[in-house]
Amino acid sequence: MAHFEKATSIHDWLNQRLAIDTIKRVMATEYWIPKNINFLWAMGMVLAVTFGLLLISGIFLLMYYKPDVKLAFDSVNYTIMSEVGYGWLWRHIHGVAASVIFLIIYIHMFTAIYYGSYKQGREMIWLSGMLLFVTFSGEAFSGYMLPWGQMSYWAGMVITNLFSAGSLELNGVVEWIRGDYVPGDAFLTRFFMLHVLLMPLAILGLIGLHFGALRIPHVNNQDGEEIDFEAESQRYLAGDTKNAKVIRFQWDFLSKDIFVLGVFLIFFFYLVFYHFTFAMDPVNFDPADGLKTPPHIYPEWYFLWSYEILRPFPKDPGLIAFGFAQVAFFLLPFLDRSPNVAPANRRGLFAIWFWVMLIDMIVLTVMGKLPPEGIFNTIGAIAAWTFIGLWIALPIITILEKKK
Amino acid sequence: MAVEKERRDFLGMALGGFTAIGGIAALGAAKKTWDPLPSVKAAGFTVIDLTQMEENQVTIEKWRGKPIFVLKKSADMKANERDIVVDGTRYHVSIGLCTHLGCIPAYYPGEHKFICACHGGQFDASGEVLKAPPAKPLVIPPFKIDGTKLVLGEEGPEYKELKSKNLIA
Amino acid sequence: MNKEIKILIVVVIFTLITYFGVEPFAHSQMHKHVEGHGFAYKDIPELKAKGDPAKGKELVTGAGACTGCHGLKAAEMPAPMDASTAAATYGVNPPDLSAVGALLDEKFLAEVIKNPAHALKVEHKFSDTKPHPMSAFMGAGGDLDQEVADMVAYLKSIAPKEISPKEAYEMACGRCHAMRYDKWTQLGQTPKFKYEKDELAYKVKVLEYQDHLTKYMGKLPPDLSIIIRARSADFLETFVEDPQAQLPGTAMPRVGLTAEGYEKVRQHLEAVGDPSKPARESLGWKVILYFVIFTILAYLWKQKVWSKLH
Repeated sequence: MAHFEKATSIHDWLNQRLAIDTIKRVMATEYWIPKNINFLWAMGMVLAVTFGLLLISGIFLLMYYKPDVKLAFDSVNYTIMSEVGYGWLWRHIHGVAASVIFLIIYIHMFTAIYYGSYKQGREMIWLSGMLLFVTFSGEAFSGYMLPWGQMSYWAGMVITNLFSAGSLELNGVVEWIRGDYVPGDAFLTRFFMLHVLLMPLAILGLIGLHFGALRIPHVNNQDGEEIDFEAESQRYLAGDTKNAKVIRFQWDFLSKDIFVLGVFLIFFFYLVFYHFTFAMDPVNFDPADGLKTPPHIYPEWYFLWSYEILRPFPKDPGLIAFGFAQVAFFLLPFLDRSPNVAPANRRGLFAIWFWVMLIDMIVLTVMGKLPPEGIFNTIGAIAAWTFIGLWIALPIITILEKKK
Repeated sequence: MAVEKERRDFLGMALGGFTAIGGIAALGAAKKTWDPLPSVKAAGFTVIDLTQMEENQVTIEKWRGKPIFVLKKSADMKANERDIVVDGTRYHVSIGLCTHLGCIPAYYPGEHKFICACHGGQFDASGEVLKAPPAKPLVIPPFKIDGTKLVLGEEGPEYKELKSKNLIA
Repeated sequence: MNKEIKILIVVVIFTLITYFGVEPFAHSQMHKHVEGHGFAYKDIPELKAKGDPAKGKELVTGAGACTGCHGLKAAEMPAPMDASTAAATYGVNPPDLSAVGALLDEKFLAEVIKNPAHALKVEHKFSDTKPHPMSAFMGAGGDLDQEVADMVAYLKSIAPKEISPKEAYEMACGRCHAMRYDKWTQLGQTPKFKYEKDELAYKVKVLEYQDHLTKYMGKLPPDLSIIIRARSADFLETFVEDPQAQLPGTAMPRVGLTAEGYEKVRQHLEAVGDPSKPARESLGWKVILYFVIFTILAYLWKQKVWSKLH
């Protein structure tokens, strides 16, 4: 039993038992962040808050949603939208946040690629981040099933069909995933479980890992400079806050985070109240009908780039290309053969690689939404091959990269 | 240095306070999410047709999810101020839940009383307590007399009178 | 600071390009624009004569044989058959004519009396061997156009001055399209039942009506509870004006609403399918204003915190 003294205050009582002062220093006031950063460094906080909005709005939706193919659609579109006090608000927040969070995820991801924050000791941050992307994708897909509209049903049908693995014709696997011949009640309730319990738990665990992975390598900075955090934190604590290269997480870093968050929330709530059709597609306001396919089926915008990679190729090569697209970004730290941690504009050919990749992802996204006809097909095929070509080129151009 | 620190604290506190205001507004919205839905409140009316009732027999109706006792009193049963009189006939109408802990008492027509099986509480044919543990009489729900029908959920003049005399519970 | 503005501009530009491509552009490629005509019904000729309501009444209740199938509640004439029997006989329940004079275009009314399948734009479904259940009015001995003008004038004279959006929906759409969120079926407003048996018996009646309707139409007309969010405003207006323009070959008839009549119907669709719209629009700017103030306070605080760091 450790030695305890009579407490002098509530703070002291907690401190003796939980070491809250140490926790505060380690996690907040003496968690050192580089000063040489820009507003893109705030995207992590924006993601955490948006995820919080999803959790809270989701909790309210969960109070009235009915996971049953006969009841789901009306529980959302009648009960929640018109009967429940502020039900419409939670639904709009949830739908818009689910879409906007992927915009922030992509900005956050491409920031990391641009500044080289995935290498030289930061691989686990990148990998845990990519796992978060995959888990969020699963969370978004399972969530979209729940209103049981036409898009829910047909997206469920198409995506589960992928698991027949083309020429392998694994129809038994597809039926097992669905628990039925077609997406039905068993399918809905298991995705409900995944969406409400299992994947949020996985996300919370992965966020913990992601934050933990940041500590030893430290947050990166705009120049990719390797900072002596010991020395710089000493300089800061000695009083030379103007020249120190580091700042406190709380409240130096957080104060800027909160400002960026404010700007984001203005934009976010504008979408929630006045411009939400991109996130709440009209097609899903038709109740699911297994005997009628909508004229246009498409995934949510954040899945379009990888959906488009599937489309130009015939069945089996398409699935292989699609599978490759899912794992390609995981390989980034290992395919980049250069030791340089620097912004892309100082890394020679990598700068071109970066902008071509970004533009290619956008082209794939737009083509993925368009009907597969005429010139759209051609552009889509070029973009898909470009994607594959970029990953093959990456090791080559990074081996050739001059050392910093 | 001291002035600077004070100014920063003020701004920080202003921001913190403003955030708290937003949080309270959000909590207000959250509170409304738990309010009974309009369709639940609309369903809170039941019409009871009294013409088919038999004397000294308790008919159990439903109102707002709760059992309702309707007992047509025979001529030899004692009159009570709590009775509802429709067309010269006296009725006892109450929420059929024991005022002790909420079980449904059973009516014994031979003894003209309700006996609750859970803890032995007893009420007479007008819902007044005969035997503990219940301390208060059976509750009379809001009602309105509409010809030979009783509309539960609406406060008619007879109900309001009983209420003013503190006889409803 | 300058650098951060540049970065923000780059992020915004790429976001807007993606948004534009995925939303406005892609949707314009998926759904070709259909031009609306403001319910002008240019294909129908104007009324050629000035109508006399008194003569019109004689025709509507007499030689025109309208009241043989149609109710006229405004003139205290109930429908000769109840909805279910009518549906079994004709496939669909003939509408009550009380409000048509106010809600429907007068050119359309004249045309539908003379040639129902043509006015309703369902000629692709009917022929000489399979005629439309409403027989065309061939005239009562006098000038056909004058007689038709008289009938239209009569119908306009008895129409109520005030028609609510819900009444407009009931007249123009309600005989074929249910609205479960408003407890409306093709048989009318669903009553409250005390016993489950009565509730189920009513449901059976509704299903039987829907069976006749499905046989007549080919497919059960969809429930319109949430159609206001399932289709764009543009689509709904052009579709109601001319169903064939949006869904060629559809069994839905052109209903002949005036622009004002359609607006009433649209208001009802919005009241049932998007009832939170007023609250959304009134709360929205307040929440946004809150975050504008929040951001200003956050900026001022951030400046103070960072003044000793730069």
